Amino acid sequence: MVINTIFNSFHLIGPEIAVALLLLAVVIFDLAFPKNKKFLPWLTITGIIVAGFLTVKQYSLESGFVFESGNTQGLIVIDNFAFFFKLLILGVSLLIILFSVSSEELKNCYDRAGEYYTLITGMILGMFFMVSTVDLITLYISIELVSFSSYVLAGFIKKSKRSSEAGLKYIIYGAVASGIMLFGISLVFGYTGTTNFYQINHIVVHSLSPDFLLSLAFILIFVGFGYKISAVPFHFWTPDVYEGAPTTITAYLSVASKAAGFALLIRFVKIIFFTGIDENGYWILSKAFNWSYLLIIISVLTMTVGNFAALWQNNVKRMLAYSSIAHAGYMLAALTMLSEQGLLAIVVYFVVYGLTNLGAFYIVLLIHNKTGSEEIDDYDGLGYQMPLMGVAMTILLVSLTGLPPTAGFIGKLYVFISILDAPHYTLAVIVALNSVVSLYYYVRIIKHLYLNNPKVEREFTFPVTQTILVLVLTIPVIILGLYFGPLLEMGKVSLRMFGF
Amino acid sequence: MIPVEYYLVLSAFMFTTGVIGVLIRRNAIVLFMSIELMLNSANLTFVTFASFLGDSAGQVFIFFVMTVAAAEAAVGLAIMIALFRNKQTLNADEVNVLKW
Repeated sequence: MVINTIFNSFHLIGPEIAVALLLLAVVIFDLAFPKNKKFLPWLTITGIIVAGFLTVKQYSLESGFVFESGNTQGLIVIDNFAFFFKLLILGVSLLIILFSVSSEELKNCYDRAGEYYTLITGMILGMFFMVSTVDLITLYISIELVSFSSYVLAGFIKKSKRSSEAGLKYIIYGAVASGIMLFGISLVFGYTGTTNFYQINHIVVHSLSPDFLLSLAFILIFVGFGYKISAVPFHFWTPDVYEGAPTTITAYLSVASKAAGFALLIRFVKIIFFTGIDENGYWILSKAFNWSYLLIIISVLTMTVGNFAALWQNNVKRMLAYSSIAHAGYMLAALTMLSEQGLLAIVVYFVVYGLTNLGAFYIVLLIHNKTGSEEIDDYDGLGYQMPLMGVAMTILLVSLTGLPPTAGFIGKLYVFISILDAPHYTLAVIVALNSVVSLYYYVRIIKHLYLNNPKVEREFTFPVTQTILVLVLTIPVIILGLYFGPLLEMGKVSLRMFGF
Repeated sequence: MIPVEYYLVLSAFMFTTGVIGVLIRRNAIVLFMSIELMLNSANLTFVTFASFLGDSAGQVFIFFVMTVAAAEAAVGLAIMIALFRNKQTLNADEVNVLKW
């Protein structure tokens, strides 16, 4: 019976149910106690911890389909790969909510705090489905769920011209990208007669040469992914939205939504095209579409455009936006190898990049709280006026560049290992040159912090909670740079996908 | 019976019209109309294949797409009102606080 299979699936989607209930709880709490908005973030954090607990409980669970009935295969899967990304998303969301508490920008919209936390919970729910979907329908719906929440969050500060402009630009680019992706999905459906990844795989496996219609459809679908992970040439929204959106949301988009996009892209490519694996761990993909070429071109374009455009930026948030485009390029470069080694590099890179980027955005937010500016010229001499923040920012920027002894080095090291293992020397040289270019604009911030004279003599003090949060983000960046064994072990475990 | 190609050509034409509209029109509301055209062309493809292949999955998909399109219009109009209150314009060329 269908109803039985649905009931049997319930224990598999415990975390998703918890997040959905949390969403309702936040809405109801906001309506019932309009005077107690200061408890909303703590309610959300409690819900996220509960969802995290349920996710951890799934770890030992036998992986399988959810909502499987009779001859139709399920809509989402539970496996270690999804498990890793779910924990990453929950961790990032937790930090973002703590950031939001200390954001002055959001204090102006204090009366709408309920909406803010509801929408963040909506994004978590969407991203949970994104990382575990194996069906084109859930793929489309989950991407849209994440997108709609982030459109509204990007334009959350209604009184600010920058914020509402960011919202409008985001929704126009997002809607066009998802419209193009939807057309691609409709062509794939017409070609294969099914929406399930595994069933599409059965049909695609048998093609011996590239097929024009199918290639076109997959390129159209890739537009949707490219927009989510902000790959060139679908990156035009990124700098504008990252600059205009509230800093907390910028940090969230740059890590969590990008991670979900990558997880979806990896699962899509691996499940649909997988025909076998050779003795060195490289996937043998179906010849229906040559992913390797497309991904190499996109990754080289992405990192080069990201790094070179960042050179001219004077707004720190905009610079970090271009830097996040460049980082997406490095991760795509690891993915182009289409191997387990490349996947390991992406997983490790995401942990490292997540910590570092969140830390950098948090310090940008704290400086904005005090000075009201994100322009790089206003950072002059701040390294002496706020010593701890200056040192932390320096460590985080060194980590973003990928220099030892920080965690960023480990991430980049594994990207290089996966590329040189192939071996693909041209791509390795391009990645190396790009890292050198990136050094310039990261060091430029450090130069403004320490070598330029401050315009006004000021003293800044930060509350203990904010200092602790900065330390929580900065110290692991150094520890992971020196002692990364556990990170690798965790990465290796989380590569296992359902069906392989 | 009308051959399936006719429907597909029509939907491809609608999709192209939508993309061109997004590229050349500058009013935000007209941009949204063009995006709706793109979504509807995908819907037409879905229903064509669903009827041609005798598989109802395509028709199920359409309901989801229609819901998403409605939500998109709601969110889009809300953001446009917020922007219009700040800038008194919906022309995409004049929305240029954020650039390079």
